[in-house]
Amino acid sequence: MDLLNGFVALANFVLIPAIAYGSQLALGALGVTLIYGILRFSNFAHGDTMAVGTMVTVLATWGLQAMGVSFGPLPTALLAIPIGILGATALVLLTDKYVYKFYRAQKAKPVILVIVSMGVMFIYNGLTRIIIGPDDYRFADGERFVISARTFRDMTGLEEGLALRTTQVITVVTAIAVVAALFWFLNKTRTGKSMRAFSDNEDLALLSGINPERVVLVTWLIVASLATVAGVLYGLDKSFKAFTYFQLLLPIFAAAIVGGLGNPLGAIAGGFVIAFSEVGITYAWKKVLTYVLPPALEPDGLVQILSTEYKFAVSFVILVIVLLFRPTGLFRGKSL
Amino acid sequence: MKTVLLFAAVAGLILGTGFLQSWNSALLILNMGLISAVMALGVNLQWGLAGLFNVGIMGFVTLGGLAVVLISMPPVSAAWQAGGGGILLGLVLGAATIVAAVLFWARTSGKLRGWGTAGVLLVGMIIYRMVLDPSVEAVEAVDPALAGYLGGLGLPVLLAWPVGGLLAAGAAYVIGKTALGLRSDYLAIATLGIAEIVIAILKNEDWLARGVKNVIGLPRPVPYEVDLQNDPAFVERAAGFGLDGTTASTIYVKVEYGLLFAAVLIVLLVLSQLALKSPWGRMMRAIRDNETAARAMGKDVTARHLQVFVLGSAICGIAGAMMTTLDGQLTPGSYQPLRYTFLIWVMVIVGGSGNNLGAVLGGFLIWFLWVQVEPIGHMLMSLITAGMTDGSWLKAHLLDSVQHMRLLTMGIILLLVLRLYPRGLLPER
Repeated sequence: MDLLNGFVALANFVLIPAIAYGSQLALGALGVTLIYGILRFSNFAHGDTMAVGTMVTVLATWGLQAMGVSFGPLPTALLAIPIGILGATALVLLTDKYVYKFYRAQKAKPVILVIVSMGVMFIYNGLTRIIIGPDDYRFADGERFVISARTFRDMTGLEEGLALRTTQVITVVTAIAVVAALFWFLNKTRTGKSMRAFSDNEDLALLSGINPERVVLVTWLIVASLATVAGVLYGLDKSFKAFTYFQLLLPIFAAAIVGGLGNPLGAIAGGFVIAFSEVGITYAWKKVLTYVLPPALEPDGLVQILSTEYKFAVSFVILVIVLLFRPTGLFRGKSL
Repeated sequence: MKTVLLFAAVAGLILGTGFLQSWNSALLILNMGLISAVMALGVNLQWGLAGLFNVGIMGFVTLGGLAVVLISMPPVSAAWQAGGGGILLGLVLGAATIVAAVLFWARTSGKLRGWGTAGVLLVGMIIYRMVLDPSVEAVEAVDPALAGYLGGLGLPVLLAWPVGGLLAAGAAYVIGKTALGLRSDYLAIATLGIAEIVIAILKNEDWLARGVKNVIGLPRPVPYEVDLQNDPAFVERAAGFGLDGTTASTIYVKVEYGLLFAAVLIVLLVLSQLALKSPWGRMMRAIRDNETAARAMGKDVTARHLQVFVLGSAICGIAGAMMTTLDGQLTPGSYQPLRYTFLIWVMVIVGGSGNNLGAVLGGFLIWFLWVQVEPIGHMLMSLITAGMTDGSWLKAHLLDSVQHMRLLTMGIILLLVLRLYPRGLLPER
């Protein structure tokens, strides 16, 4: 019984939050890795692209709510996601047309594009703050829990409760659907295959008649959609704040690099590696250990390896370890 | 010629602030401009001279700020008695654990290697926490409202500037050792991460510098305004210039800071120029332009990169110490990457990477704009919204949004300069 209680506590505080957070990171890292694979630069504006998409979604959600539209037990924001994707897509396509295209035509060095993306990051960040403001917004509505801690206790008679929030379930379901669609697209459709060819060998792809501008356009479409979905899921799970989204850049990049930059499968694996380490290392294990260990060995302290403020340190340390021992990432990077 | 003209233009902008707004704000811009110029000089050394992409400037700046606290604040003897020794012992044990793990990894092979190293780390971590935690608790319990930390060494604050450079150099050495030699994107992410970690440590380790409770009232290298105002001789001299005591004292203090900062900037600028023109500088540029060729000529590229990375970061550390001295307080919560990392990048790119004078110019110009965009934006918005009815939702929102205008402006400036003057206002010669 104690073991079962221990497992429920573990699931409640570590497994479920880490799976939800990992899915969000994976979607973000997929965007970074696609840009890296096809446009060949590290996009520093990715966190703020997520912020813009989420902002449009939040505004649309408020609009829908004002009109009295609701999605039953599910958050209204899910209905508003298409509008958010449209907004983010419009913005990145405009950016590409007026900013990135010039450097692509010049065949500028990747690091120049990185600096350009820094400028874009400033602009997106400023836009978000001007339009919606720098504050914290919660926009999740509908049913809060699928199973609340008390219902679970009543149902099973265990001491520990297991709370399953609606947003967590939505995150995982959406992430699986989006990733499945993405891989289907990359592996089965003509456009997807041409994207992979372009990423593998640009010259050869051009020679075989692939239109580079079309590949770039489709890439931006996918990246804007992924960023918006990732941003909205993160915002539903926690809250929306411009600065937090900017800070997500670090774990997202860490996930993409740990998995192997340019490798979509790696991005997903990296997202979960980072999320599980972050949650696991900053969680106070006392509760779980008290159930699992015999009473004589019960710990006195919280058994928390690092306080939650150090979660960025965790992504960083994982990143450094992987870079030292496997510089190309867990999955060999640099091709789609 | 162009250099002189551009510098004159920036001087004109700052003087204009003095005539139109107030000399106090002009001097404030000048002082922060001097500090920004030093930071830009450090980044230019790394990026302009060696092509290293460092986006962790904020971390090095913060370490400089930490040095000010550690050097200049008086030691808290009660805290030292409560747990100073324990904390030092704990830190030594922590370092020893890492060394032991590395040695274990190097000396063993086979199946045991990974698990053994992990075991060494785990045991070391447990001992380290067992020693450190009670001492930390004891220290933080000492008069938490005013102290709750170990304090500093009580030495003159100016000593903190070189020490800030040393701290930053030490951190840069560790990062450089691991991340240099890998691809450039990796260095970028590694530095981005280390900056966040430095901030996290400063925010959380209350025993070190009080964390988010901030250390205020840092000693100053210049006299206090109040003392000047109470000094009859000073008030008399101020009256000779036709100024009242209060204004004169604030201006006097700022001028003195400005002279100190200018001295540092000039020394560093001269050194950078000498380095740029020396055989060493030529070698660095050769490495930057063609790494493979330089390697073929027998240059140790990774070692040279490490060298220049450490030097540039040290300069950022010095600038950070200067800034914290000017502020008179260390507030870890106020460090944001957009302001302390990416804005410095805008300065270097706009000024002209590879040209030291360009970096200095960029530092002054971008800092001036960063400060003045808000009042200018406010004027513009007032003009735009003049026709709207007072109290309308849109008008309030637009006027409110002015404070975020500077990020947008900086982005647009960076993109425009990259497009129109890809090599900056003062290109490398």
